Order: sequence, then C-alpha cells, then structure tokens
Amino acid sequence: MKEYFRFLWRCFRLSFHGNWMYKTWMLILSVIALFGLNAWAKQIAGGLATTGMTDQVSWGLYIANFTFLVGMAAAAVMLVIPVYIYKNHELHDLVIFGELLAVSAVTMCLMFITADLGRPDRASHLLLRFNWPISVLTWDVIVLNGYLFLNLHICGYLIWCAYNERKPARIFYIPFVFIAIFWAISIHTVTAFLYSGLGGRPFWNSAVLAPRFLASAFAAGPSFLVLTLLLIGRFTAYEIPKKAIATLRSIITVALTINMFLLGCEVFTEFYTDSAHAASAKYLFLGLNGYSALVPWIWTAISLNTFALIVLYTPVRLRTGWMSTACVAMIIGIWIEKGMGLIVPGFIPTPIGEMVEYLPTQNETLVCLGIWAAGLLLYTILVRVTIPVLTGKLTRTRLYSTGDES
Amino acid sequence: MSTTQTPVKKNISRRSFLRTGTQVVAGMGAFVAALKPLASIDPDDFGGVQGFLQKHYKEMDDEDMDAALRRIEADVKRRFDVDAVAKDIKPTTGVEFVYALNLSRCVGCRKCVHACVAENNQSRSPEIQYIRVLEMPKGTLDIEKGNHHYDRPSVPDLDHFYMPIQCHQCANPPCTKVCPVEATWTEPDGITVVDYDWCIGCRYCEAACPYWARRFNFTTPEIPKEEVNPEISYLSNRPRPQGVMEKCTFCLHRTREGKLPACLEVCPVGARKFGNVLDPESEVAQILRTKRVFVLKEEVGTLPRFFYYFDERYPRDASQDSYEEMPDMPGVIRTHGGAKEEASK
Repeated sequence: MKEYFRFLWRCFRLSFHGNWMYKTWMLILSVIALFGLNAWAKQIAGGLATTGMTDQVSWGLYIANFTFLVGMAAAAVMLVIPVYIYKNHELHDLVIFGELLAVSAVTMCLMFITADLGRPDRASHLLLRFNWPISVLTWDVIVLNGYLFLNLHICGYLIWCAYNERKPARIFYIPFVFIAIFWAISIHTVTAFLYSGLGGRPFWNSAVLAPRFLASAFAAGPSFLVLTLLLIGRFTAYEIPKKAIATLRSIITVALTINMFLLGCEVFTEFYTDSAHAASAKYLFLGLNGYSALVPWIWTAISLNTFALIVLYTPVRLRTGWMSTACVAMIIGIWIEKGMGLIVPGFIPTPIGEMVEYLPTQNETLVCLGIWAAGLLLYTILVRVTIPVLTGKLTRTRLYSTGDES
Repeated sequence: MSTTQTPVKKNISRRSFLRTGTQVVAGMGAFVAALKPLASIDPDDFGGVQGFLQKHYKEMDDEDMDAALRRIEADVKRRFDVDAVAKDIKPTTGVEFVYALNLSRCVGCRKCVHACVAENNQSRSPEIQYIRVLEMPKGTLDIEKGNHHYDRPSVPDLDHFYMPIQCHQCANPPCTKVCPVEATWTEPDGITVVDYDWCIGCRYCEAACPYWARRFNFTTPEIPKEEVNPEISYLSNRPRPQGVMEKCTFCLHRTREGKLPACLEVCPVGARKFGNVLDPESEVAQILRTKRVFVLKEEVGTLPRFFYYFDERYPRDASQDSYEEMPDMPGVIRTHGGAKEEASK
C-alpha cells in the first residue's frame, strides 16, 4: 500500500518535469483551465442565464461536447479489439494509450454534464432517488461511470505491473478488457438513446441515430489516437510501430464511410418524404423561414468529412502530413456534426413551432475551453507518466532521471 | 518497503525549494482567484443547510413537511419581504382533473397568460409564462404554421383562430419518464408536478415534452414585492429557486380546494372549462361526451388530459328530429346503415 502511494507521488512529481515545450504546453492548458473554472464559478453564481441556452433551445454546447466525447471514449477500444480479439500483439502496449484516452474523455464527459446542471449542488439526489431503469439518463450515469472504472482498472493494473517489473496476470485484466469492449459500445448507444427515445423531437426520433453515433465515434476517436501516437513518436523516446497507424487508418476509413452513408440515409428519408417532421432538417441544411445560422456549419462539416474520406481512399493517406490533416479535418467535422448538426437543430423549431436560434455566450465558450484544456491536461499527464514506466525507465527500483528528453 | 529511497530528495537546495514553493503558492493563488465568483453566492438562495438536507417530497412525513413549509415561508420573507402562507394540499381520491378549451370561442386576448403569471408567482425577469397562445391561419391545425408573437391593436383577427397551449397533464407523460431523480411525477388526480427542492436542473424533461410546456429558471426569478401571491403551496406556486424546472399545475392550490384555475376564471369568453372527469355530471365530462373533441399530437401517444373542441353546428340539446326541422341546416343524408335499420323495423 505504502509503495502504491509512493508510486502515485512519483507520478505526480514526474508530471511537473519535462522540457520547455512540455512545460509551455502544460502552462497554457492550466491557464485556459483556470479561466474555464472561473467562468464556471460565474455560471454557478449567476445561473445558466450566463449561457446562450433558452427554454426554446435548452441544451447547447455542453451537451454537444458531452456527446462528442462519449464517442471519443468509446472509440478508444478500437485499439483493443485488434490486440485482444485478433491477437495482434505488436500493438499491445498501445492499448494503454487508447484506454488513457478513454479515461480522459469520460472525465471530460462528466465535467460537461456537471457544467450543464442547473443545480450541481444537488448531484447527491442521484444517489438518493435514482429513477432506474425508466430514465435513460440514469443508464448513462451507470455506463459512463462503469466505463471510467473499467478503464482505470485495466490501464492502472498494467502500468502498476510494469512499474513493479512484473508480468501482469491475465486473470486480473483480460476479462475486464472484454467487458470494456462491449461496455464501450453501450456508452455510445445509451447516449444515442437519450435523444432517439424522445417522441416529441422527430429530428432525433430515428433508429439510425445510435449506429450513426457509433460510426462517427469510431472515425473521430481513432483519428485522435493517430494524432496522439504521431506526437508521442515524435516527441518521446517511445517507438510507435508503423502497423499501429495502419490498423487505425483502416478502422477510420471503414467507420467514416459508414458514417457518411448513414448521414445520406437520414438526409434522403427527411427530404424525400418532405413531411412536416423535416422542419429541423430543413433548418439545418437549407435554412427555414429566414433562419439559417447552422447552414454554414453543417456544410463545413460535410466538406471536412468528404475531404478526409478522399484522402483516406487515395495513396496520399500513406504520407504522415496528409494523414494528420485528414484526422484533424475529421475530428472537427464530426465535432460539428454532433453539436451544431445534431443537438442544436433538434430544438429548432420548438415542438410547437417557434423559431429561436442558439448562440453560445462567451462565458459558456470559456467553460467549454476550460474543460477541454483540463481534459488534455489530464491526458498529457497520464501519457507523460506512462511512457517512462512502459519503457522501463521508471520502476520500483529505478528512478527515472527527470532530465529533459527528445 | 522504503529501502529504495530516491536520491533526489536529498538534493533539494534552498534555491530550488524557494522556486518550487513560489510556484505552488502561485498555482494555489490562481486557483482560488478563479473560484472568486463563488464568494458572491448567498447560501440561502440555494436552500441553505436545511434545504440541502431536505428529503424528497414523497419521503417527507408531516413533521418534515411542516419544517419545509416554514423554511419556504421564511425564504419568501427573506427574498420578497412578504408574509406568505405555505401549504401542502393533497389530492382528493375519486378526482381526475381535465381541461377542455373551446377553439370556437377563444379570441386570443392572452388574459389567461397574464392571470397565470400573477397567480403562480412566475419570474417577471426573466419572463416565464406557462401558456403560449398561437394565432393560427384558417385551414390548418399544423401548429408549425402558428404565429407566437402576434401583436394586434385588437383581437380577434377574423382571418385567424387562436390556440392556447399549456401543459397537457398527460396520462402517459414523457417528461416524468426521463427525469433521472424522480423530481417530477404525476399525482393521483392527474396533475404532473415538480419538487423544486429536488430537481437537479438537467432539463431532460424540457427536451422530452412535445408541447413545450416546461420552463427553466435560468437565473434567480425576480418578482416585484407587491406582485407576489402570498397564498402558496409546496407543489405549485411557491416562488422557485434558480436552476430548477417549473410548469403548469392546473393551479392545484386552487383546484384541489374547489376553486377554478386562474386562467379559466379570467377568460372573458368562457372558452375554458375545467373539472373532474370521473364525475359524469361535470361540465368537462359532458363536453367529452357530446362535443367534437381532439387532442394535440395524438400520434405521440401522450394521452393528454387537455382537450380542444369546436362548437357543433346545432345546439347541444337538439335531438336528431328537431335538427332536421331547423332552418339553415344542411339536409340530412341517409346512409346505407340507416336504411338497413329502417328496413328491419
């Protein structure tokens, strides 16, 4: 036990060490996170009136980011499947980076949900009167926290074993790995059911929503992992096998193709039928009754995703520069698609036909940036302390010299 | 276990100690500074300790409820300097409330909207209203074609009809289903209520409602002192705190004590009818039996307790025979079924 706390303390100290680039990066993230915290404190004092949300558009950036990040978290297992189901052991250690991403993404999800609550001081009511199994939101609370603990356990155990220079006992993590694979699918499915279960919102009330969520998540999440691995490969001593990028690339290609196909299915159904239920879709893609704030957003998203798809299907995908550009484009495209393209238009027009548009306030945007910065900070720290442990530079007996690397 | 001491600790010089110390202090300082807006919060606005420890409505015994009501009265005194009387009024068995609204009569004056606000202590700033009146073009019942913000020197406009929408008090309500903490539920008399002291403000119910009937307190509601209604009840019109949902409760503090809802009482044309549908003699029961009644968005399966109707072409008490003798009425068309009946006689 004592040794465990010493391990945590060493990790904690290690997270403050690095070269000037690392320190600058961490400083910038900390400053943004603090600004976000400040904005959130203002929101607690002044209420959600400090956001751009209204009774008409009652969910905004917070829930949009939450939805996107659930996908990122779920997608982390896309590295797990090749390793544990297809026995692709070269990628074994990389799984940990995926799971660390899952841990950070779920933590950010929980922060976004907390930011969205009107009364976070009453969060304990969830423990006292939990409307399970009727409310889908309670399912989401269970699957998200469960997923967080599963991933914390798996990578925590593997890192702890590496630290102790011990071979991990399969029984202590393999069963959890398989549970986590199914659990990952469940977190994004349940999140999709949050929306698709609402009969009063025809834009969301579609069976294709959950598959679409999964497809877009399995494109955006691995894209983020590709970027992370490229950065790790460049800035640390850690060797990233080429095969890892190739595996992820094929996953991204399939997922993005399915995502675009499902989007097409949705668009066809809405516009060919042309019923009154298509009002939100019309507002989103073409504008409705002179309101068109989201039109540029959705077309930007579609363009970015199409660009990424073209890169993935042409030989330029093998060039790191093109591949990373495609990954960035896809992450932004899918982020817009989930937020401006899915959450917000579900509220416009209102169920009784009023047109009110949504524009996030500065305070709300700061809270979002703060949570992103905090999440990236967490991910950076986790990766920072994991690499020396995995490469055997930091173990129980060997203290990793805290000098600069790269 | 600690035999493998690290050499690093011994190397701490005074300089590096000072540097680390300064960094730690600066970091903590920045953290505290970021949280400074929290200092402006009055804990009483968030219910104080008593509010924090208060149980869910359904778990409170008489003693708990009494303590809660006294806290609410003190809170109204603190916020508005008004001596309010807070009650918890229970539903009566054998009663199920139903609302019926006559679209042939409604003139769109919005008096109901404002009577509701005055009765139920809704926030004046920002403005919260439970009733939304739509000005509908003739020839459609598609509410997406309605005008929410009509502003005329006088009403009604003869080319339009008017359709007020408020909580439909559904028998199969999507809003209560989605609440993660059971802060909203349907009472035995059919009224869907919110425990303002239990709601966590996730606004999932607001997203779920197909009638846009729920409202959120985006900030602490403001009501001028002289406009506060001092007769308040736990589940309905007591002033709300920041960050919670609220909605129409059919004025349960009035209707459970035999009075009529404020919106009905103020209606100048008698378009609004309210009562116990389980009593066959009640006006609403008769309307449901005899009028051309419909519910909004029947296809979403919410089973509303709020009905719209139009007047008939002939007086309600007219028999089939007297109708045929009436002047200016279209002739009766004998159907095949009717002919068969005659033949069998």
